[in-house]
Amino acid sequence: MTLKFAAVLLLCQLIGEVFVVWSGLPVPGPVVGMLLLFTGLTLCGRVPEGLGRVTDGLLSHLSLLFVPAGVGVMLHIAMLRDEWLAISVALVLSTVLTIATTGLLMMVLVRWLDRRRREG
Amino acid sequence: MELDLAIGDIWVYLSTGPLLHLTLTVLAYLFGDWIFRRSGQKALFNPVLLSILTLVTILGVTGTDYQTYFAGAQFVHFMLGPATVALAIPLYRHLSTIRQLWFPILVSIVTGAAVSATSAVFFAQWLGASQQTLISLAPKSVTAPVAMGIAEKVGGLPSLSAALVVLTGVLGAVIGAGVLGALRVRDDRARGLAFGVTAHGIGTARAFQISDLAGAFSALAMGLTALISAFVLPFALRWVFGG
Repeated sequence: MTLKFAAVLLLCQLIGEVFVVWSGLPVPGPVVGMLLLFTGLTLCGRVPEGLGRVTDGLLSHLSLLFVPAGVGVMLHIAMLRDEWLAISVALVLSTVLTIATTGLLMMVLVRWLDRRRREG
Repeated sequence: MELDLAIGDIWVYLSTGPLLHLTLTVLAYLFGDWIFRRSGQKALFNPVLLSILTLVTILGVTGTDYQTYFAGAQFVHFMLGPATVALAIPLYRHLSTIRQLWFPILVSIVTGAAVSATSAVFFAQWLGASQQTLISLAPKSVTAPVAMGIAEKVGGLPSLSAALVVLTGVLGAVIGAGVLGALRVRDDRARGLAFGVTAHGIGTARAFQISDLAGAFSALAMGLTALISAFVLPFALRWVFGG
């Protein structure tokens, strides 16, 4: 019953999209759909086996799904060229800084919490 | 001569339907993924980066515009929605870990999102970028649909934001593991979180290549970064740029 679970994903997204349009919240519909499915799983208490199979298949090729939007960068090559130095330096430095800060902070905080739980 | 005409006819026929560019997208990705595996999964040979470069080259050589390409590729693009919904499953599978670590997770994500926006604006301003570019650059770590919404609200260019978001995602996926390795961050929870905050969905796809745990933390980080940024960034940008 793969189709049934594909319908679950689509339905969650649909409700999410409708909710966003109705409420005017500045979040994308699929993110609301994700929260909805998450709530459903919490209520259900487990992941139905068929649903796990459908989503594992979908998520194992997650990278592919970004390609069409990524090709859209070609529309902005001219604009990016005008300020290429500022943009590329900002992107590289900011990306390195963000990854480093988030990764280090999370690692340090997790260790701190582990130590506190062991002592407490 | 007759043969040329026949090929020309086939080309005209194919280029008006969606099948050609849909097939090309999948083939370019399989090609990129094949190189990625053959390289021993070297981050520089990121499958998304390779497929985008391959397709931009093919479209450039054949003189195809993006609209024509997207008419076919939209079927792949559409799957992003259901895939985002599906991220609820890895999140749910790691719920107990996430619940235990809610405090480190929240602090790290808020700090990371703030560092991303402020450092990008700071460096670009220092190098003389225009205000419109600065505003479009600020939400670069936020998943594309939300980033476009933020840019639109504060007077940036939504489509430029989308391009910068993709570039950031690819960049994060390519250099992320190297940066984390140099800093000896080996915890998959911390690595996943860093990928998700910095490089949204493209980083999450990369994190799933590390482990399911890293992927789940990346998905969580992507969702929370989007949520927090959507509410905070428009006000912060208006305050900074007086829009």
